[in-house]
Amino acid sequence: MSQVRLAIDIGGTFTDVVLDTGDGKVNTTKVLTTPKAPEDGALTGMMAVLDAGGLKPGDVDLILHGTTLATNALIERKGAKTALIATEGFRDVLAIGYEDRYDQYDIAIVKAPALIDKPLRFTVPERVAVDGSVLKPLDEAAVRALVPQIKAAGVEAVAVALIHAYAAPAHERRIGEILAEALPGVSVSLSSSVSPEAREFERTMTTSVNAYVQPLMAGYLKRYEDRLTAEGFHAPVLLMTSGGGLTTIETARQFPVRLVESGPAGGAILAAEVARACGEDKVLSFDMGGTTAKICLIDDGVPNTARVFEVDRQSRFTKGSGLPIRIPVIEMIEIGAGGGSIAKVDAMKRIAVGPHSAGSDPGPVAYARGGTEPTVTDADLTLGKLDPDDFAGGRITLDAAGAAAAVKRVVGDPIGLDAAMAAYGICEIVDENMANAARVHAVENGADVASRTLIAFGGAAPLHAGRLAQKLGIDKVIIPAHAGVGSAVGFLYAPVSFEVVRSAFVPIDTMDHEAVASMFAEMDALVRPVVTAAVAESEVTATRTAYLRYMGQGHEVPVVVPEDFDATSLREAFEAAYSALFGRTIAGAAIEAMSWSLALSAPARAERMTETATGDTTAKPRTLFVPEDEATAEVSAFPRAALTDGTSVAGPALVTEAATTTIVPSGYTAALNVDGHLILTRTTKAQEIAA
Amino acid sequence: MSAADAIRNQVMWDRLIAVVEEQAQALLRTAFSTIVREAGDLSAGVFDMEGRMLAQAVTGTPGHVNSMAESVKHFIDIFPVETMKEGDHYITNDPWRGTGHLNDFVVTTPAFHDGKMVGLFSCTSHLIDIGGIGFGPDGHDVFAEGLNIPFLKICDRGTMDANVMAMIRANTRLPVETEGDVYSLISCNEIGAKRLSEMMGEYALTTLEPLAEHIISASYKAAMERVAALPKGTTRYSMTIDGLDKPVDLVAALTVAEDGVHVDFDGTSGTAKKGINVPMAYTRAYTAFGLMAALAKGIPNNSGSLSVWHIEAPEGCILNAPRGLPVSSRHIIGQMLPDVMFGCLEPLIPDVVPAEGTSCLWNITLRGQAEGNTLGRHGFAVTITTNGGTGARPAADGLSATAFPSGVKGSPVEIMEQAAPVVIWKKELREGSGGSGKYRGGDGQVIEIENRFGQSMEVLAAFDRIDHPPRGRAGGGNGANGSVSLSDGTKLRGKGTQEIPAGKRLCLETPGGGGFGKAEAAE
Repeated sequence: MSQVRLAIDIGGTFTDVVLDTGDGKVNTTKVLTTPKAPEDGALTGMMAVLDAGGLKPGDVDLILHGTTLATNALIERKGAKTALIATEGFRDVLAIGYEDRYDQYDIAIVKAPALIDKPLRFTVPERVAVDGSVLKPLDEAAVRALVPQIKAAGVEAVAVALIHAYAAPAHERRIGEILAEALPGVSVSLSSSVSPEAREFERTMTTSVNAYVQPLMAGYLKRYEDRLTAEGFHAPVLLMTSGGGLTTIETARQFPVRLVESGPAGGAILAAEVARACGEDKVLSFDMGGTTAKICLIDDGVPNTARVFEVDRQSRFTKGSGLPIRIPVIEMIEIGAGGGSIAKVDAMKRIAVGPHSAGSDPGPVAYARGGTEPTVTDADLTLGKLDPDDFAGGRITLDAAGAAAAVKRVVGDPIGLDAAMAAYGICEIVDENMANAARVHAVENGADVASRTLIAFGGAAPLHAGRLAQKLGIDKVIIPAHAGVGSAVGFLYAPVSFEVVRSAFVPIDTMDHEAVASMFAEMDALVRPVVTAAVAESEVTATRTAYLRYMGQGHEVPVVVPEDFDATSLREAFEAAYSALFGRTIAGAAIEAMSWSLALSAPARAERMTETATGDTTAKPRTLFVPEDEATAEVSAFPRAALTDGTSVAGPALVTEAATTTIVPSGYTAALNVDGHLILTRTTKAQEIAA
Repeated sequence: MSAADAIRNQVMWDRLIAVVEEQAQALLRTAFSTIVREAGDLSAGVFDMEGRMLAQAVTGTPGHVNSMAESVKHFIDIFPVETMKEGDHYITNDPWRGTGHLNDFVVTTPAFHDGKMVGLFSCTSHLIDIGGIGFGPDGHDVFAEGLNIPFLKICDRGTMDANVMAMIRANTRLPVETEGDVYSLISCNEIGAKRLSEMMGEYALTTLEPLAEHIISASYKAAMERVAALPKGTTRYSMTIDGLDKPVDLVAALTVAEDGVHVDFDGTSGTAKKGINVPMAYTRAYTAFGLMAALAKGIPNNSGSLSVWHIEAPEGCILNAPRGLPVSSRHIIGQMLPDVMFGCLEPLIPDVVPAEGTSCLWNITLRGQAEGNTLGRHGFAVTITTNGGTGARPAADGLSATAFPSGVKGSPVEIMEQAAPVVIWKKELREGSGGSGKYRGGDGQVIEIENRFGQSMEVLAAFDRIDHPPRGRAGGGNGANGSVSLSDGTKLRGKGTQEIPAGKRLCLETPGGGGFGKAEAAE
């Protein structure tokens, strides 16, 4: 019996909805996001796809949901009025931060203000040592004495983050109990539950963010549930997390920080699914939209994960300028490179692209909506990659002359290039920026990027994926079906899962096996109910990970902890992983564990997605700039549907569809595979092309 | 050069910057030294066959970068490039031809492509202990400050020199970490060299020289354009700081000329008896940093952009300490030099330069017996990186508790308490310590630290701006003075090793930054 499922991804501009009827058919729609009441836009889209599929709300078996609501609340600083309770002597952890500057050579930088203002940062006498022993007991009277102040300030949420609470949570829990009793209706987040890891700034920040978005998310989820019931939906709702798993509404209410960045995670899950379906075990996923490009490594069908990421970067996309959040996430590198990224010429007469974006308003010059600065889209149009009369399914007519003029005026004239060469320069730089980001990201993960397959989705990615592949020496590029609503489609393939990470310093050679085993048992007791609330116990599998390092180092390498682990097996696994990353091991150095994680997961559904493109199959002539020739050439633009009969086209050529255009570069051929994914395969070596 | 070549040159330039960033990240991730791994006290760069720096990693700290750049020239003078083989690595910690004190190891590595040497990678990081009297200003000469490693080949075609490694291990209180850090420096250069070769393969290059010429000449031209926009002439500035046992005057004359900017520190105080003296390489590094930050925003650091700054100091002044003098805490004065440059530049670019700030890091170096350690006097040694406030800017407040000009991070309390048997009881902003003004200076911090096991310990104090606070600019008030004391109120000296008796806390107040503009004009 096939399941009917709805996936909804609420983004900043658009809400994407996908209906999966389980028979291989997928209906999709894009509606405008309704920021004041996001459930309105979501319901509009949901009803639209149900209508189109001839179904009713009651027919839906499962609803999968992702939202940028938490992220936007952070970026716009529109979260709850939040107070912080910290250890006496540590009121300003959020304001002190890393004590660094995100740009060394800019003496005018401004840092993001602390998420919680000083008048709402309270402290209580207590202190725990690094080993969890109590140096100073909790002064409960001092906690109670804070209650009237918190009440008077109209606080809606409280974050509690005490020094070393990851090692000994008792004081935080007691504060939680006292507040629950004295301040009913105020939500409380404890750092020992939200992010039990060492390093006080990240833990305090993560807990504060959780508290800050909690009332808003709880309110939204309640309204959403009520609307669903009112419209006649009976299906359970699962929420997408930034870790790439699905979780229950209850968990989302408790740990809303886990939902930040869930949209991009959906994209990575889609890429992972396509990777599995195509039998690709080493993949680089590439998601390029209007403002940013996101790159993720996917090994054996599983996206790489990380434990910390930044939101709300003060200086757009400058590493270090945002708020660090320490939770399990799908590891992605995001750079300011999208269709709307603005190009200019810098002091050394170098072309600079992004991170500033023209967005959708005014948008690129080509949109003729008041934009005057040339963007990547304007360069793409100038090079013939886009058809001015057939953009976004013909809904927007592009101003090709205006775009070319802006490209020439801003970039070409200062360095003596004509419009085409300037546009080529813009594309080369943005593609190189993305290639460099991919390379650095791969190296940080000990991966070789050239041996990977590139999976590209998002409106702008297929225009640039071919060149990116050339630069990275990649032989194969896949443009999946439904690439335009990639994140929502990805939700359909996400597992139900939840992960916790806990800091516990353990020297491996003298490890107390029992203590580690019982810590995992405790973590299991915490996570299992979260997962079994959504799936049967029998489907759940566990993955245990130790974060190890040589004693004295500061960065850890994750190692899977086997069922029968001991000091020897952990050392061997660590040395193999370390050697893969850094090329050598250090003889005689002791190994210690810094943190441990447990992830419980139930597999996603197995049916694979297929698509048969339909519509016009007539190839059209197009004038395209060919980089290898440094000149334009007459090439063919094939509708995607023209390839359904097994036709293979050789580059330079274009493959067009309503939502995007794929550039097939010289040295590559393009064809559809059995599932309807477009595959670009290299036929010529990279060096011959570059030379 | 065709238009396509021009674009390709730029792409390769960007790639070199990405390669050195990778190199720096590898160093950060493998380092043992807490001040590297938690605070980022390192640098990394790529050089051509003449030893000219082509790109440096953004990750890292300025005092290292510009002095490391000079150091590579010394390496190839001593070990001519014709003699270098694939798999060789060279090392030094010479303060005068390295990065200013013995704690900084510099490793330089030839990079090969298709069997031919094409350039060099170099990197440096701050090691926690290199023997001697420890990381503090107490030495009477450089020999007391620890092991001095001359320019040596430490790895010959892939084989480590066991003698050198044994010598290093035997001369530090932290042999495992120090050895690990040497490997970490070597690995990061290897990663850089591998990436460079890949890039040259992709672009079918046999030499870096045309690209090097392009990078250097474009950067030089861009920096010279900025200089050309300034009025010609000479400005002067003088700043007095605490020094060791008597105040130190830092005096500079800055001349904008046809061939760049000339800085002369004539008039600056003479050398000190203990280790706050600054080797010329380090003086040049931080002076150039101040000039780059104020005048050359957006232009990358390389030997082209750096060559427009001509920096001199009379031999024998504290900014050009002769070889042999103690220099361990040379950062205290070195990091003040951007403030001196900003003072000189104020008449030229009044809308750009900030007020004076704390400027030198307030690194808290502690050592004492570890719990249950019977092996020696010094069971632990740890450096906790902290900061005061920065100076207010012409259009913004100063930054509270922020490193400037150093690029390092503060140390997390929870990690420091794991690294050493101490309890940090307090680490909060020092409210109101920033100077008043239309824009306020950044606030400093209040910090209290105690030995966890009730034992005495030592602080190797290296703090300044206790008697001479950061001054405001354009009518802004001064920042608050720093202070060092015990919890019983006893004042401690700003510099030198002093005991924290058992049961007492070390109490620090880091300075606030100077204010900018008159307070009544505050918006």
